[in-house]
Amino acid sequence: MTVAPVRVPIRGAGGLLRRRGVGWLGFAPFGAYVVLFLGIPGVVAVASGFFAADGSPTLANFSAFTDPTILKDFWNSLWVSALSALLSAVLGALIAWALTSTRPDGFVRASADSASSVLAQFGGVMLAFAWIATIGPEALVTRFLQALLHVDINANGPILYSVPGLLFPYTYFGVPLMVLTFLPALDGLKPQWGEAVATLGGTRRRYWWRIGVPVLAPAFLGSFILLFANAFSSYATAAALIDQGGIVPLAIKQQLTSETIVGVANTAGVLALGMVVIMAVLMSGYALLERRTRRWQR
Amino acid sequence: MSAGPAAGAPAPGSLSIPARMAGRRVGARSRTLTGAVPSRATGRVVLIVSGVLFAVPLAAMTWFTLQQVGTGAFTLAHYGAIFDPAQASNYEDLFTGLQNSLIICVLTVLIVLLLLLPAMLLAELRFPAVRAVLEVVCLLPITVPTVVLVVGFVPVYQVLGGTLGTDPWTLAFAIGVISLPYAYRPISTNLSTLNLTILAEAARSLGAGWFRTVWRVVLPNLRRGILSSCLLTVSVVLGEFTIANFLNQTTFQTGLLLLQQTDPYVATIFALLALLFVFLLLVVISTAGSIGRSRRSRR
Repeated sequence: MTVAPVRVPIRGAGGLLRRRGVGWLGFAPFGAYVVLFLGIPGVVAVASGFFAADGSPTLANFSAFTDPTILKDFWNSLWVSALSALLSAVLGALIAWALTSTRPDGFVRASADSASSVLAQFGGVMLAFAWIATIGPEALVTRFLQALLHVDINANGPILYSVPGLLFPYTYFGVPLMVLTFLPALDGLKPQWGEAVATLGGTRRRYWWRIGVPVLAPAFLGSFILLFANAFSSYATAAALIDQGGIVPLAIKQQLTSETIVGVANTAGVLALGMVVIMAVLMSGYALLERRTRRWQR
Repeated sequence: MSAGPAAGAPAPGSLSIPARMAGRRVGARSRTLTGAVPSRATGRVVLIVSGVLFAVPLAAMTWFTLQQVGTGAFTLAHYGAIFDPAQASNYEDLFTGLQNSLIICVLTVLIVLLLLLPAMLLAELRFPAVRAVLEVVCLLPITVPTVVLVVGFVPVYQVLGGTLGTDPWTLAFAIGVISLPYAYRPISTNLSTLNLTILAEAARSLGAGWFRTVWRVVLPNLRRGILSSCLLTVSVVLGEFTIANFLNQTTFQTGLLLLQQTDPYVATIFALLALLFVFLLLVVISTAGSIGRSRRSRR
């Protein structure tokens, strides 16, 4: 638990080589921690789906995937994540592009960066509150729209407490995440490329078509996948807004709380496995695109 | 914040093609529009419009906290209520949660400093091959959704409950895992800007022992990365909801949600304050970087 690895009293390179075995022990505390709190929970989460309540191996839990409610949950999770990711990617790219006109070490950039990090990673429950105060029943924008346009966005029940309503907070934290992930790609566009196009007599449209879009496309797609994954795996905002299920993370919570008596989370495990599979597909796509993106950021 | 040239004045060397040569569209700046960078006016318009749009929910929150229950008239009563001893019992959950979160903050930062940091230094200085492994492990919690991990945390904590107890502080171990990516990145970025092996070898050849090398040479050079990683860890802990919710513990976020059901006004006030606090924390992180830079350039 202490800084043991660095205290090992070795002098000179010879000693360093001789005591290699001891040096490896330095990884023991961190290794043990990661195994205990990342490895084991991860394996338990995914593997629990393959066991019955009495501990015998079974595939029966996978019948959950024929349950229409659970299929609906997956469908909802997928389309809300995809649509919010698409909206966020377009809006975020626009804002990131606008930010390239500011000085990289200036005040606007620094505060936009910090604000983006707060909204993208920290929001959760608090963003749910923000949206309740914005478009909830009797909220500021709701009243404003009623008075000005005679439109009641909550006419079919409070929109925010339904699955489509998640689009508002999800896009609200998706856009800043897009700004954070897409800005480095835009900064990677070398000014010389634009100058080269200009000296060769090319227009700006031509620049975008021949250089900007092809170079940025992998980064844009990669960021889109990241936004999708982020929305797909987020739980806090939905939990603060929706009481009954509707998306996969909420279904996992329902399954776990209804099964705590048995102590083994079987259906929850199957749902978790489903999420992991989808995330694995997304992340391998992201890794591929990331490799292509990096080529232009050297 | 930084002592660079005034905004608008082009940095020396950036003006490579005279305006008249490159085309008709000339921005507000005395710079030709080539490449992807928008004109200053376009950039400003987009930034102002999006800034205003993003401020709306936050403004709505603020407006909400200033309303009287029922009538909607302007009042500061909700702010006063926080300090009213007679109503303190209403906010007990939140304050307990906040207290628990602060304890978890300290423990999680200790996990970062005593477990993650030594492992990273050891990998950097003696086992470079391990660096890639560390990176994969530390970034893994971003790829695996917290809701998935939590399905595993529930049984693990049921077992651990026997030895560790079920006090809120035990959450620090689980939250430490999900803050690994945030703790890892700043330190690894800082490490990549230094040649730590050469620094350490220099110190060792001057007769410093390993402890002295780390304490007097390595750690001071990593000050900025370590500070950022600790502050980011604090922000992750304060914003953590999922784990506490699944393990039925009262932390700041779960306390907020409980309070939202009885007194949404005060819950919103605390949510606003927390958002502001973390914003300032991140501003500190980003300016800590530039302060370090300017100090070095003066020397």
